[in-house]
Amino acid sequence: MLATRGPLGEKMTLFWHNHFVSSLQKVRSPQLLYRQNALLRSHALGNFGGLLHAVARDPAMLVYLDNAISRKGQPNENFARELMELFTLGEGTYSEQDVKEAARAFTGWSVDPDSGDFMFRQPAHDDGVKTILGRSGSFDGRAVLDILLAQPQTAEFVTGKLWREFVSPVPDPVEVRRIASAFRASGYDIRVALNALLVSDAFYAPQNRAALIKSPVELVVGTLRQFDFTTAGVMPFVVTTNQLGQRLFAPPNVKGWPGGEAWINSTTFLARKAFLEHLFRVEELRAMPAGEMAGGMDGLMAAARLAPGQERYLRAMLQVHFDSGQWLARVNGGEAAAVQRVLLAAAPAGPGASGMQGMDLIRHLTQDAAYQLK
Amino acid sequence: MKRRDFVTTVGAATIGAMLPGGAFAQMAGYARTLVLVELKGGNDGLNTVVPYADGEYYGLRPNIGIARDRVLQLDERAGLHPALDPLMALWKGRELAVVQGVGYPSANLSHFRSIEIWDTASKSHEYLSAGWLARAFIAAPTPASFAADGVIVGGAEMGPFAGGARAIAVTDTERFLREARLAQPGPQGRNPALVHILKVERDIVQAAANLHADHVYATTFPATPFGNAIRTAAQVIAGKSGVAAVKVSLNGFDTHNNQPGTQARLLKDLAEGLAALKAALVEIGRWDSTLVMTYAEFGRRARENRSNGTDHGTASSHFLLGGRVRGGLYGPPPALDRLDGNGNLPHAVDFRDLYATVLGGWWGLDAAAALNGRFTPLDLIKA
Repeated sequence: MLATRGPLGEKMTLFWHNHFVSSLQKVRSPQLLYRQNALLRSHALGNFGGLLHAVARDPAMLVYLDNAISRKGQPNENFARELMELFTLGEGTYSEQDVKEAARAFTGWSVDPDSGDFMFRQPAHDDGVKTILGRSGSFDGRAVLDILLAQPQTAEFVTGKLWREFVSPVPDPVEVRRIASAFRASGYDIRVALNALLVSDAFYAPQNRAALIKSPVELVVGTLRQFDFTTAGVMPFVVTTNQLGQRLFAPPNVKGWPGGEAWINSTTFLARKAFLEHLFRVEELRAMPAGEMAGGMDGLMAAARLAPGQERYLRAMLQVHFDSGQWLARVNGGEAAAVQRVLLAAAPAGPGASGMQGMDLIRHLTQDAAYQLK
Repeated sequence: MKRRDFVTTVGAATIGAMLPGGAFAQMAGYARTLVLVELKGGNDGLNTVVPYADGEYYGLRPNIGIARDRVLQLDERAGLHPALDPLMALWKGRELAVVQGVGYPSANLSHFRSIEIWDTASKSHEYLSAGWLARAFIAAPTPASFAADGVIVGGAEMGPFAGGARAIAVTDTERFLREARLAQPGPQGRNPALVHILKVERDIVQAAANLHADHVYATTFPATPFGNAIRTAAQVIAGKSGVAAVKVSLNGFDTHNNQPGTQARLLKDLAEGLAALKAALVEIGRWDSTLVMTYAEFGRRARENRSNGTDHGTASSHFLLGGRVRGGLYGPPPALDRLDGNGNLPHAVDFRDLYATVLGGWWGLDAAAALNGRFTPLDLIKA
């Protein structure tokens, strides 16, 4: 995300990670999670139907939701349930019986323990007749996925989630139905849905400006990219996003990060502010006159208001460089109103920045509550 | 909700026979403080409250079982781990309630998921976003003059306070006060997202203005991280402006191998810390208005494993203590003869019964509303 030339693809890869959740906490295999990440990336802006079919056979997913151990006579319902509740239809649009029948269809979809690849265990598969959402047949897993994709509810559910990512916290049901219907008519082309959302009136409506709270990754990566920071490595930023409540590859549960207002509590809010403070004080810390550096690392730790144990974080942060003069020169010569327009999606929540300049201006605006919004 | 409405609600809930035996809870509300102690990793209940008269116990735990002559006997069947000796004064003073078999149906054995179930008071297959204390504080707000609804000492997880409580996490109060300088009291927000952020910012500012770290206790606190957390908790409770709940944690109970030494050290730390907390609160006259309760994501497997440890299990024992606690043993002895297919104990007391005890019995709130269901409070709070 820090380096890509296609930020939308990376943003959508993270979006799908939070939709088709799998976690290292349970899967325990970084290799399988990496392969899942590559899969999500390759379909990120592709076809949702293709993505759904691929995820259902993805080894990390098969382990995460226990389908790998599901077999005829003892179907494990975990995957089938989340498939309907979280991946396609949404809660309350199917019955317990639909879950049980679908679970039978996925029996035998498993993982080869040696290669870590998908494996179909024929003897474990239940090839009997199932009835799902009113249709009956000797369905296998693929057939179940196609039944779910045929439901208008699936397109609406996914569109509603995209709306909450890109537009506002509360989707407009009429608009969602309109966009979902184009999405489904296109055969689930993700670009069609995104395009419709991003040219919608709602996307540009004043009441939807700065209506969403940046995720930790958006805050951290967005800041580093926006200011053209050069960094020596991602370590301090992984530490930060973890502290801010977004541990990549380990969402809290199968529902993913709840996001929105849940991102901000007293701890994470102060941590967000402290991170921004550190980022824009690094130059100052590095430039401290030798006299004030008498305390060495301890002196710097105190100056950065860091606690014992955060030395490694500070060392890594000291490798971060930002050329404020050059950056400000590009933004209308550092004029306060122009910088504010570039940094804040809405007017500042606190005192305005008029009369400020240089690093003071940048620090003032990035410490404003409105900087947390997108 | 206005403060007057809150008093009315609490009064009505109290009169609604929350307590068994028709007893009326004394209307105390949030003048009473709750201290939660999380035993992170899942403490082994069977070696904490030892069923020393049960032969099955020694059969399941030939190596790590606590010998009969080492337990601190509570009655003819149950005894405490010897490292819990500092709690025996509380037990003899009838201020320590020991609740056995605390758990929930269809137990989840993942640390992460199970503590989420405890924090949100959800059913095993239900995902709730707000913590059980947050729901209670939203329905019945604490007085506006309070520094916060809750203070979490150590760790950044909001746990039972997540999703709407005025809760502040501090490592120690001094550091929080230092970091809080970055927060500015903001004006009103223009949309829900900004309203939320500015509310959190105001909560920080209010807590920073009302929390102090300067009460001088005569009590000596143990020189361990847990002892420091207890000291910070005692500082928060000594503050003039009020906090309804304080949470502290003790880490390291995930004893898959070489459990005996580790657990003995942790339980000693726990017992010394709790004894110091009592001494401190007696000093400031707050022991009778404080309820301390332990909890953890789960207990451990009944049978020891091959590494002299125990694996993740289900039901466990927990402690409630305080000047108003009716001391004694609650809940049946562990049913070691009725383990489930995975070798785990059945639970006897739902953890939400303990929460109902806190919400209804201690604070006089409508426990059923906050817990999304009726649970049976334990009759262990003295009027």
